[in-house]
Amino acid sequence: MSLTWLSRIFFACLAIFLTLPIAVIGGVAFNEKKTLSFPPQGFSLDWYWQVFADEGWRSALFHSVAVALIAASISVAIALPLAWFLWRRVAPWARIVEVLGFAPFILPPVITALGALSFWATTGYYGQPWTVVISHGIFFVSLPLVTITLGFATVDREIIEAGMTMGADDRTLARTIIFPMIRPYVISGFAFAFVLSLNEYIVAYMTVGFTLETIPIKIFNALRYGYTPTMAAVSLFFVLVAVCVFGFVARFGDLPKLLGAWSEGDKT
Amino acid sequence: MRRTAPQNPTDYLPITFPTLMLGVFFVIPFGLMVMVSFFKRVQGGFYEPSFTLANYARFLSPFFAEMLVFSLGLAALVSICCLCLGVPFTYRLTRLSRRAQVLWLIGLLGVLSLSEVIIGFAWSTLLSRTAGLSNLFVWLGLMDKPVAWTPSFAAVLTGLVYQAFPYTVLVLYPAFSRLDPSLMEAARTLGASPVRGFLNVVLPAMRKTLLATFIIVFIFALGAYLLPQILGRPQHWTLSVLVTDQAIYQSNMPFAAAMAVFLVFASLVLVAISGQINRRGGGS
Repeated sequence: MSLTWLSRIFFACLAIFLTLPIAVIGGVAFNEKKTLSFPPQGFSLDWYWQVFADEGWRSALFHSVAVALIAASISVAIALPLAWFLWRRVAPWARIVEVLGFAPFILPPVITALGALSFWATTGYYGQPWTVVISHGIFFVSLPLVTITLGFATVDREIIEAGMTMGADDRTLARTIIFPMIRPYVISGFAFAFVLSLNEYIVAYMTVGFTLETIPIKIFNALRYGYTPTMAAVSLFFVLVAVCVFGFVARFGDLPKLLGAWSEGDKT
Repeated sequence: MRRTAPQNPTDYLPITFPTLMLGVFFVIPFGLMVMVSFFKRVQGGFYEPSFTLANYARFLSPFFAEMLVFSLGLAALVSICCLCLGVPFTYRLTRLSRRAQVLWLIGLLGVLSLSEVIIGFAWSTLLSRTAGLSNLFVWLGLMDKPVAWTPSFAAVLTGLVYQAFPYTVLVLYPAFSRLDPSLMEAARTLGASPVRGFLNVVLPAMRKTLLATFIIVFIFALGAYLLPQILGRPQHWTLSVLVTDQAIYQSNMPFAAAMAVFLVFASLVLVAISGQINRRGGGS
């Protein structure tokens, strides 16, 4: 019995550890004046409002969301046909492409960032707003690749056989059976890539750091040139976005399974 | 639909776009970076093509050696802390109700996806004198006056553990949730206490998973590029921070690239080791 309590206390401590920094920045943003003190002095929602009212923060927010939406689409556009091919065909060499999809995420992020910087500088497009979209798209391919591969693994090949016996061709099978079955996995892969792209700093900084301000870049610049409570407000806002997106994934999909529980596959 | 080898050219169509994109925007940039690492830096400009080993020769300095030892030591320490917290946590987590598990997983993913910028900012606020934890301790009467706990080594370590902990749990999660519960039941029937059962039966059964996880988290911690900069002093900078610093602020791309190549090499060796461990064991 005492062990149960010990484990509860352990869980509570970790919950505090994980939420404390977020709680403090959330609280700091309630300050009335432009100071970072906690507990907040006075109470005002101005700084939260500033995220949307202030020209600079609003455009940074817009840039971040636009980059993340397109980058996540690119990730899915690369991962979906790749996962499909790996599932449908026997082609050992295609594993190399799969490894290339995973590599940017497993290696330390500065490597992808530096590679992107070398590439865009050499091709002369360094600083163009669209370069970050492509580099992020590549950087996050591994997330939809993992989820969609998992999705294909759940498709029972016998159902497909049955469909074929009834005279369905590849296209009909893909449209009526396979795609509906992997759709939740495609959506979760997109969601993971979207949230991570929103928060990504180093690749964005090394590609468009001096021409396009995304939220993480703007927060970092604000860190160096003077704190404002707005950066605390926007950080809390980002935490909420992440929790909502993952909550959404959990609501419409099977989160434990998506993260590798009880599945027979060898992917993690 | 059986898996078949591709026969006619149209069968290759689905993989053309992924291959093209990854080839052009990952393999070529990577190759360019390796090339740049052999280039010569031009003062005031960028760099010019040449073949020099000078960038790599700079690794032989005491400064670099010290920084490398610090980076590797810090990553190992972070990984150990994360495992010490994460292993018992994940084990208990997989025994919770499904609903509780989902809630925890959402929270962990939320923290994991946080930008390093936001984590650094949050912890520097939490450890600061004006808005930090020490104010709470003063209020509770545990301390006389608020103090600043950052920049310091402890702050860097705490920030890195905070960042890597959710990652550790998510890496351990599949293995622990597939762990056969009868293992523990058998230990209990034979009279072992839950703690003894965990230490003597569950942990040895998970030995290979734990070692592989250690390496994966180690690489993850090695990749932190901002936290040592925000929460630490210059002597707490790691290899990743230095790469960023050289590339952006010192505009010495060739040296940054050479260090990045070294980082790739170190990571690949570690990935290969962890792959070997997984292949031979696979866990339970």
